[in-house]
Amino acid sequence: MPDNDLTPAIEFQGVGKRFGDNVVLDGLDFTVAKGDRVTLIGPSGSGKTTILRLLMTLEEANDGLILVDGQPYTHEIRGGRRVAIPEKRRSLVRRRVGMVFQQFNLFPNMSVLENIIEAPVHVLGISRAQAVARAEDLLEKVGLADKRDARCTQLSGGQQQRVAIARALAMEPEILLLDEVTSALDPELVADVLGVLRNIAETTDITMLIVTHEMQFAREVSNRVLMFDGGKIIEEADPESIFTSPEHERTQEFLRAVL
Amino acid sequence: MQELVDLLPQLGEGILVTLELTIAGAALALIIAFILGLGSRARTRWARVPSRVVVEFFRGTSLVVQIFWLYYVLPLPPFYVELDPLACGILALGLNYGAYAAEVVRGSINSVPTGQWEAATALDLGGVHRLRRVILPQAWPLMMPMFTNLLIQLVKGSALAAYITLHDLNFFIGELRKGTTDTVFAYTVGLLLYFVFAYALTLIMNALEARAKNKVGQGPSLREILRLTPVRTTGTEVRS
Repeated sequence: MPDNDLTPAIEFQGVGKRFGDNVVLDGLDFTVAKGDRVTLIGPSGSGKTTILRLLMTLEEANDGLILVDGQPYTHEIRGGRRVAIPEKRRSLVRRRVGMVFQQFNLFPNMSVLENIIEAPVHVLGISRAQAVARAEDLLEKVGLADKRDARCTQLSGGQQQRVAIARALAMEPEILLLDEVTSALDPELVADVLGVLRNIAETTDITMLIVTHEMQFAREVSNRVLMFDGGKIIEEADPESIFTSPEHERTQEFLRAVL
Repeated sequence: MQELVDLLPQLGEGILVTLELTIAGAALALIIAFILGLGSRARTRWARVPSRVVVEFFRGTSLVVQIFWLYYVLPLPPFYVELDPLACGILALGLNYGAYAAEVVRGSINSVPTGQWEAATALDLGGVHRLRRVILPQAWPLMMPMFTNLLIQLVKGSALAAYITLHDLNFFIGELRKGTTDTVFAYTVGLLLYFVFAYALTLIMNALEARAKNKVGQGPSLREILRLTPVRTTGTEVRS
């Protein structure tokens, strides 16, 4: 099994996704190199979020293959046919992928600390003491060390999202998916969350896939921007060039509308 | 009034039998509710279809007929199963209300926001673990008010036990009527007895509901509720 730095972290091969008659992704091919920070932009309904959800197995592709670190994730070709990979094997790949959601989705029946250590203890099987120590480090990193024992429902949206980031990082993912993580926040709370993410981008080599409307953040953090329209990538460039001199007409329109 | 005092030991027995039927019936109903409720949500048809059939059957048949069936039909050929009356009562109550409660379990689990399932999947929490640690603790407080309703209905349904020779509260009311020959008095006492019984259960269930809600970060804790000084319940929830 290929597993070196040249193997892409993520590879989509002819991935198609339909919801009924609505074709969201159509024969999509793209790769993300290890350590890349890729921002997906495009009008709503263009398939950006679907890509993240496919990578988290929250949706299932209708066609094509998704490889993580060179390994088939949800489907593989066997005897010339595309077959589903059983849950046990999917799970091993899934735990290398983390996701932060627009609506935080913290577990309200657990404290902040319990939210963070639940999966490391029960999925990765590390000791509770070790998980707690790691969670405390992460809470420090997201600026919420004093909220360790708080109830999630007592935190502000910005604080909840920072806990959600810590929870995802506690699994030590190789790939982090950020799905409009600031869209549900009051404007004054956005900066804190973006600050935390900027810091993670600077201090780790986690591969990131970012769906966001915060173009300034995308520009600072990512090294590649993919512009989606109608389930296809219509333009791809480094942030500097795409934001200053977009080539495709649809990209120009989109950026005019959001900037 | 003297008759009421004379019949006090019988009242004690009546309360005890009704309590037995209620507690054992409810416990059985709860177990059945979770088995059938989770079964109804199963991905495999082998678990889903039988669960649905059992739920629909026991919801769709009369409790009276179920009790009589267990008591009068089961001992006959080809079954030859003779259950004592208390077991018949408990079984009928458990199956009937368990079928209703199964729908509560199913509906409440479905009401837990999709985001919670997705977050659990994103953390690679497996099916059983996800259900036990994330989904059920959140579905439980949603179930409680509906369980309270069903429990009160179960108490009232337990009155049918008197017709299969059990000396429950209902039987006691009948004895009181015979003893006093005062129909108005006997049945009025009967109404009050069932009301007090059901109301006591309601209070207990409300406390359990408050506790369940507090565990998912909603509302004050049980200790705060039971404290004599009033609590400010505002401001416990800060949104975004």
